[in-house]
Amino acid sequence: MKAAAFAYARATSVANALELLAVHGEKARVLSGGQSLIPAMNLRLVAPDVIVDIGELAELRGIAVKGETLVIGALTRHADLLKSSDIVKCAPLLGAAAAHVAHPAIRNRGTIGGSLAQADPASELPACMLALGASIVVHGPGGERRIAAEDFFTGIYETQLAPQDLLVAIELPVARTGSAHFFQEFARRHGDYAIVGLAAQAVLQGDRFADLRLGYFAVGDKPVLAKAAGKLAGVAITPALLAEASDALSHELDPHEDQQATPAMRRHLARVLLARCVASLLNRPDLNIGGRA
Amino acid sequence: MSPVRSNPERLSVLDRPNSYIGKTVPRPNLDRLLQGRGSYVSDMELPRMAHVVFLRSPYAHAEIVSIDAAAARRMPGVVAVVTGKELADVITPWIGVLSHLKGLKSAPQSAIAVDRVCWQGEAVAAIVATSRVAAEDAAEHVAVEYRELEAVTDMRTALDPATPVIHASLGDNLAFERVLDAGAVDQAFAGSDVVVEAEFIFGRHTGVTLEPRSVVADWDAAEARLTIYQGTQAPHMVQNIAALHLGLRESQVRVVCKDVGGSFGIKVHIYADEMATYALAKLLRRPIKFVADRVESFNTDIHARDHRCRGKIGVRRDGAITAFEIDDLTGIGPYSMYPRTSAIEANQVVNLVGGAYTTENYRARARVVFQNKNVMCQYRAVGHPIACSVTEGLVDLAAMKIGMDPVEIRRRNLIADDAYPCASPSGLRFEQLSHHASLAKIVEMMNYEALRAEQVALRKQGIHRGIGIASFIEVTNPSAAFYGVGGAKISSQDGVAVRLDAQGSVICQTSITEQGQGSQSLTAQIVGSVLGVSMDRVRVILGDTDMTPYGGGTWASRGAGIGGEAALQATKILRKNILDVAAVILQSTPAELDIIDNAVVNIGDGAPRIELDELARIVYFRPDTLPPGIQPELMATRHYVPREYPFAFTNGVQAAWVEVDTDTGFVKLLKHWVVEDCGTIINPQLVDEQIRGGVVQGLGAALFEKCAYDDRGQLTNANMADYLVPMSGEMPDIDVGHVVSPTRESELGAKGAGEAGTAGAAAAVANAVNDALQPFGTTITEIPLTPQVILTALGRI
Ligand SMILES: Cc1cc2nc3c(=O)[nH]c(=O)nc-3n(C[C@H](O)[C@H](O)[C@H](O)COP(=O)(O)OP(=O)(O)OC[C@H]3O[C@@H](n4cnc5c(N)ncnc54)[C@H](O)[C@@H]3O)c2cc1C
Repeated sequence: MKAAAFAYARATSVANALELLAVHGEKARVLSGGQSLIPAMNLRLVAPDVIVDIGELAELRGIAVKGETLVIGALTRHADLLKSSDIVKCAPLLGAAAAHVAHPAIRNRGTIGGSLAQADPASELPACMLALGASIVVHGPGGERRIAAEDFFTGIYETQLAPQDLLVAIELPVARTGSAHFFQEFARRHGDYAIVGLAAQAVLQGDRFADLRLGYFAVGDKPVLAKAAGKLAGVAITPALLAEASDALSHELDPHEDQQATPAMRRHLARVLLARCVASLLNRPDLNIGGRA
Repeated sequence: MSPVRSNPERLSVLDRPNSYIGKTVPRPNLDRLLQGRGSYVSDMELPRMAHVVFLRSPYAHAEIVSIDAAAARRMPGVVAVVTGKELADVITPWIGVLSHLKGLKSAPQSAIAVDRVCWQGEAVAAIVATSRVAAEDAAEHVAVEYRELEAVTDMRTALDPATPVIHASLGDNLAFERVLDAGAVDQAFAGSDVVVEAEFIFGRHTGVTLEPRSVVADWDAAEARLTIYQGTQAPHMVQNIAALHLGLRESQVRVVCKDVGGSFGIKVHIYADEMATYALAKLLRRPIKFVADRVESFNTDIHARDHRCRGKIGVRRDGAITAFEIDDLTGIGPYSMYPRTSAIEANQVVNLVGGAYTTENYRARARVVFQNKNVMCQYRAVGHPIACSVTEGLVDLAAMKIGMDPVEIRRRNLIADDAYPCASPSGLRFEQLSHHASLAKIVEMMNYEALRAEQVALRKQGIHRGIGIASFIEVTNPSAAFYGVGGAKISSQDGVAVRLDAQGSVICQTSITEQGQGSQSLTAQIVGSVLGVSMDRVRVILGDTDMTPYGGGTWASRGAGIGGEAALQATKILRKNILDVAAVILQSTPAELDIIDNAVVNIGDGAPRIELDELARIVYFRPDTLPPGIQPELMATRHYVPREYPFAFTNGVQAAWVEVDTDTGFVKLLKHWVVEDCGTIINPQLVDEQIRGGVVQGLGAALFEKCAYDDRGQLTNANMADYLVPMSGEMPDIDVGHVVSPTRESELGAKGAGEAGTAGAAAAVANAVNDALQPFGTTITEIPLTPQVILTALGRI
């Protein structure tokens, strides 16, 4: 459990980091919080020749509100998401989610950029990006580009990032009035990656959803923005309608099998989460009908 | 504490003024450990020390066609690459059998595999280098060609004629079989109103010590002596076996065991890679260090508990249990582990099922089969969790069938507290147990009636909570009946030497070991109390075969009961010797004197007569002032082993209060209670924490822990993310209560407490979950109780 030998470079600026990545290409890896990369290196699952440590780049850290947009620097730590008043105001879903990411020691080091670049399908934050309609800001050899969260995640540990790219920030629309969120995940122990989880963002209008975005995670090879949500927006929700949406959700999901759960169990838990989410957001206990929804 | 009986005459040496017995006093080693001054083998560095990394088989079963280490040998820092064949010249193979387990067979096992590997993780080559990193780098360049063989993985088909035989020389894959038939079982079932059957399934479990197995072996060619620094529970056993297989005399081997980062039974065995490390030190004539990394710990630390046990119980309408019957099957990996063997767990299951109850009708069969998975052997509470889960699961099923409360059926069947001494149908002899006092106490502690009312009320709101009860018995203080009679050179006796130093402090050498459970503390408490000195004056030395008396070590809940009694007896002699000298110096008689607070005092009025440091000064520096013919002996040694009873059985009862989310299959542990009876309690806090720690390991088995193998024999969750060790966030509060029935066999009266928590925790939780699920008409007899298992049972998926 010792990493293979590697060269180490501490980037002095974003430009410098990009230069280093351009030179070393696939042989290099960016190091942020190291909470996914270092364990993988110690297990010799990956053996990069060069580590480009961006940890000192203050320009990549911090949370700021710019007009109607919330900008979160790539190096913002999970623990910072939990403490930030801007997050509470503009994107409380992220705070709720961050509380479920690992344990305090890991949250003190792990970063949002690292989490999104890692793209673990069971991670909380990528699903939040879908629910919140985020843009991922990337700097690469061709300059800056913005990638919609829905396009960013492409597979297990796969994203639109090329080896020469640096994820620099996340941009989110500031929550509108009437916004509400729901976050819940099922994990065997606190801090574990979820068996199934749901990060949901809604806009409420009276007793209905004006908008409902359901970001499921750990239900396949990447986070899923469930289309079934469409059935529930703009209408009065009855148990029958919820059951219909739930069936559509089952249909839409193509969950994987692992040691924790079969695909059938994941579908079932996704349905339970849907019922809990809708019942909670609309404050309608009658809709909390478990997996029977 | 509610004593079942009092023994005023017995408390004489313990119940002295300023006694530490029965008091929560801080452990003497606490400051050292908290200040980071512990010395663990993993941290050890010696001059010229090299590190060994083992290249391990990726296959569960394969022939080794060739090993090409030429490239690895040229890598920077590499000292040697050694194969099994080469090491076989230095160390002989072994066979893990014991003669009292009749019919037990196993095949010779080598330190490093020769020609064939039998489980994924078995070592095929040792790479020795100047650092662990260099050795790991080189390991990637050792080319091994394997021819994969069919792996035997399913214990249920291991004995089928179509299944390959793992060791041809053994003829079949059956390692051991035991049958027992006591009373009149068929008649009893025929006369029962209800007979219930179930198959109980247990996940493979492992110990996950914080510090992995670690060894530094140092061969001194000049002295022809091997020093082994190892985190072990049994230094003298390691000494004996290392010497035996390296062709040395025991006097040529010293085993030093300093601080150990947890053991739980994992570190009481002889592992092939540790044997290889000793041999490498001898071969290469330099210190060699082996520290298992986490992945190899999962692949090679012994596993346990992989059992499938069919059980049957008969009961009459009035609740009387008429008979138990079990058929247990367990797969132990490709070898019976050395030297304690891998048949003990199944043997214990046969011994223990039904052991708390009065029925005399009991039939059992246990079969132990080989498979191509990691070896299984004794881990905390050996066999007890299985026996307890099967017994208590059956008792609850029977109660459910006849509509009787689980507490009531136990009241009607547990052996009465005044029925001792007595024996179980399997021949276990009980000196004094307290099942009824324990049950009464736990019912009161948990407020059973109120919980039942709460359960009923919550059910109406769709909240499903359950109560589970599990009575248990526990083997502690084993005599030679455990291993010695079977031919293993594992001592069941322990020795303690105590001496007064020149300033009136005490040095105590004991053969029991410390792995965090408080051996050092309990020894100092006993010595301080019996002698009359304060604990800070008692220095306890353990874990060194050159320094301590000969003895077994710390395992099988024996440290306090056996090592503690040896300490008591040795200290009584030292005390007598001191008083003899004091009487001479003071021109008094020993009967008129006592030692209290580090001074000799008048027994009558307590008036101080002479400080111990002054007495020591006279004895050591001015013996000329003593009358002629007086030769003080300020050092005393005593050994102790139980002889009357093969084991000092303890008993207890556990209760769990859980909530099952029937939509998700998740179980929440709300509260756990234990009442146990380990006899004399030396340090209540240490006992309670032993119980709690043990319970947590049982709760791990109940809900979380399982070594998951695929059907090719690959361990698929050999890491801390996928193998779920119970963590504090999921653990309930655990309330511990005691009933005290001291053993009369020793003056100390202590039985063991280290494993009781593990024995019954899973059974209590499983019964609680089934209690919660009663409205759904389903019972589950498989652990761990994962959400997948529960949702499946509920028909939700
Ligand atoms: C015990 C444990 C439990 C965990 N549990 C959870 C959990 O429940 N949920 C969860 O979501 N996560 C969990 N994690 C992972 C944790 O959240 C990590 O912090 C996160 O996945 C990666 O962030 P990091 O900053 O540590 O990235 P690093 O480990 O530094 O990097 C991860 C990957 O992303 C790349 N990368 C990093 N930053 C950038 C960037 N700015 N641009 C381009 N590429 C980049 C790296 O090259 C690397 O490939 C857990 C980790 C541990 C050790």
